[in-house]
Amino acid sequence: MKAHSKTLLATVLAGLGLMGTAQAQNAEVIHWWTAGGEAAAIKEIASAYTKAGGKWSDNPIAGGGGAQARTVTINRTMGGDAPTAAQFNYGKQYEEIINEGLLNNLDDVAAKGGWDKLLPEKIKHSIKINGHYYAVPVNLHNENWVWYNKAVLTKAGISKDPQTLDDMFAAMDKIKASGGTALAFGGQGWQEGITFRSVMLAVGGKDLYFKVFKDHDTTGPVFRKTLETFKKLKGYADAGSPGRDWNIATGMVIDGKAGFQFMGDWAKGEFVNANKTAGKDFGCFMAGGPKMPYAIGGDVFVFPKSDKPDTVAAQKKLAELMISPAVQVAFNNKKGSIPIRPDVDLTKVDVCAQQGVQAIKENRLLESNNELLSPDANGAFEDAVSKFWNSEQSVDDALKAMTAAVKR
Amino acid sequence: MMSTASQGARKRPHRWQFAVHVALQPLAVTALLAYVGSVLWSVRIAFSSSKLLPRSDWVGMMQFERLFETERWIVSLQHMGILAVVYILGVLVLGTLMAVFIDQQVRAESGFRTIFLYPYAMSFVVTGLIWQWLFNPTLGLQNAIRQLGWDNFTFDWTVHPESVIYAVGLAMVWQGSGTTMAILLAALRGVDDEQWKAARLDGVSKPRYYLSVVLPQLGPAYATAFVLLAVALVRTFDVVAIMTSGGPGDASEVPAKFIIDHLFGRNNIGLASAASVVMLVTVFTVLTPLLYWRARVQAQQRAGH
Repeated sequence: MKAHSKTLLATVLAGLGLMGTAQAQNAEVIHWWTAGGEAAAIKEIASAYTKAGGKWSDNPIAGGGGAQARTVTINRTMGGDAPTAAQFNYGKQYEEIINEGLLNNLDDVAAKGGWDKLLPEKIKHSIKINGHYYAVPVNLHNENWVWYNKAVLTKAGISKDPQTLDDMFAAMDKIKASGGTALAFGGQGWQEGITFRSVMLAVGGKDLYFKVFKDHDTTGPVFRKTLETFKKLKGYADAGSPGRDWNIATGMVIDGKAGFQFMGDWAKGEFVNANKTAGKDFGCFMAGGPKMPYAIGGDVFVFPKSDKPDTVAAQKKLAELMISPAVQVAFNNKKGSIPIRPDVDLTKVDVCAQQGVQAIKENRLLESNNELLSPDANGAFEDAVSKFWNSEQSVDDALKAMTAAVKR
Repeated sequence: MMSTASQGARKRPHRWQFAVHVALQPLAVTALLAYVGSVLWSVRIAFSSSKLLPRSDWVGMMQFERLFETERWIVSLQHMGILAVVYILGVLVLGTLMAVFIDQQVRAESGFRTIFLYPYAMSFVVTGLIWQWLFNPTLGLQNAIRQLGWDNFTFDWTVHPESVIYAVGLAMVWQGSGTTMAILLAALRGVDDEQWKAARLDGVSKPRYYLSVVLPQLGPAYATAFVLLAVALVRTFDVVAIMTSGGPGDASEVPAKFIIDHLFGRNNIGLASAASVVMLVTVFTVLTPLLYWRARVQAQQRAGH
């Protein structure tokens, strides 16, 4: 209801001519990067735009994993008071507003920059819709990482760096036997979802991922084994895990209070902030093993419809800058993610990011669940995963609930 | 209150009343557009196939059918039922006890009133945080008392699916009792002291006097408190979002959180609107008879005086 009245208000105000007088080359950008490292990253883009002669007007909207920011973007775009550019994630979040004709396309920028050749196929697939480019990709995140504290492992008598989920279970048994907390777990729906998908990639690989999320087929023993393996993890988490935030869980690994954590590569920012070095103080491996495909996750910017030549010029300048090699390196170094183009200078990335870059070079990419399922179905799937983790629900009942969710 | 005001207005000259009406017009228009308009809009959306953006097609009861096939919604409704008992009953009982206590002409009355009302001055966000920390087994009360030597002490309701909803109820009772006390205290002060003198002459004990003589006279005050509590119950969102985020699993999900999640996070305006229509109908069914009854009782009381 609140959203409706906001839309209404914006419509009325726009109708009265009180809003929406854009100035020359002024770019208002909506995003949800408010945490320390994230804010520093967007600043790189802002200063590049200012240097190029534009005027950057920053509009960060915190909270809700970007849900608030996206809602503001959609409401303002519909109400005729669109920002110059707005952040979204890869996937289906912006598909509907494209179909409503609310975005400007970037075909000339893409042609000039040679996006057709430059970008990996899977990323193109996500931003080129009905034959037109509608978004500029800025980074690539991966959620399926495992992080561990090397000192904790050494203390528990594990000398070899774990590479797979089996290694991890063996190591966790030893940590548990020595009286420590093996798994730093954040018991919130989205974190349980990330852990589940990591286990899925470890147990069934790319085939299972597509079978479930693309073909909506949850039958067979492999998916069943995923559920059993996932539930086995619960025995390694501590009593305080329900409701814990992800960065608190990462803090446990950093401080040596726990051995392992499943989390996306944004967790690396926490380690780096605490002056820990990848490969020395902490280690990382991809949950699905060294040859795991990289599920595409990350951020794009879209450019809401406008007929004003100034706004369109600002949009094109922004899009060109965001994907330029210099900005890509500067931005992604601060963000913890990896650059979207394979032709940038990668000498400064750490050992964990190098594995990611390798995945892109070998084109080991796959559409993420956010692209394969609607937000609604994704949410229902996460509900089912969370219920299974937190209750005594049987594997059969959980399978039933997950099947209903992906078929929504 | 309403009828006294209009009686007063009737005695004033006509022109004066006209000016008042004109002055109130903008407010009435705003209320109609923003509130009634939004409500009607939500009802309309509930019968469409809207996802991220509103659509103007008709799909009949499809959204409602899907809503009641969604396990999380059913669980949310059950939790609201539990909270209705724990929260409303808890607050009414505790509020009555506190109000009667203060009514005994205790020393430092205003001090007690402040203490009892203090939790209400905090937002639900703060309440949720405080209780989240208290219940956290590794940071909160359990850990503190265990470090003092009681190794078996447990206070960790929020990490167990079967007890978490009662932890939420407890936090809500803690926050809400003060206001109900204030409402009841105001009503208690309106009860004539002469009745106590008469009752004492008849040898009636104080508890008996309160139970049989005073409390029955507080009907309208209880109705007011109940309406406020019922509305707060239906709106319950922030305390759950902060304290447990609806977890572990779905063990503390509530309808308002279901609606917000589907409206914003899951791009499903249609389903969220259907859910809010269900809530609206529930509120109407419960509150309309109650408000009607309260208006009648008040009219009777006024006629009697």
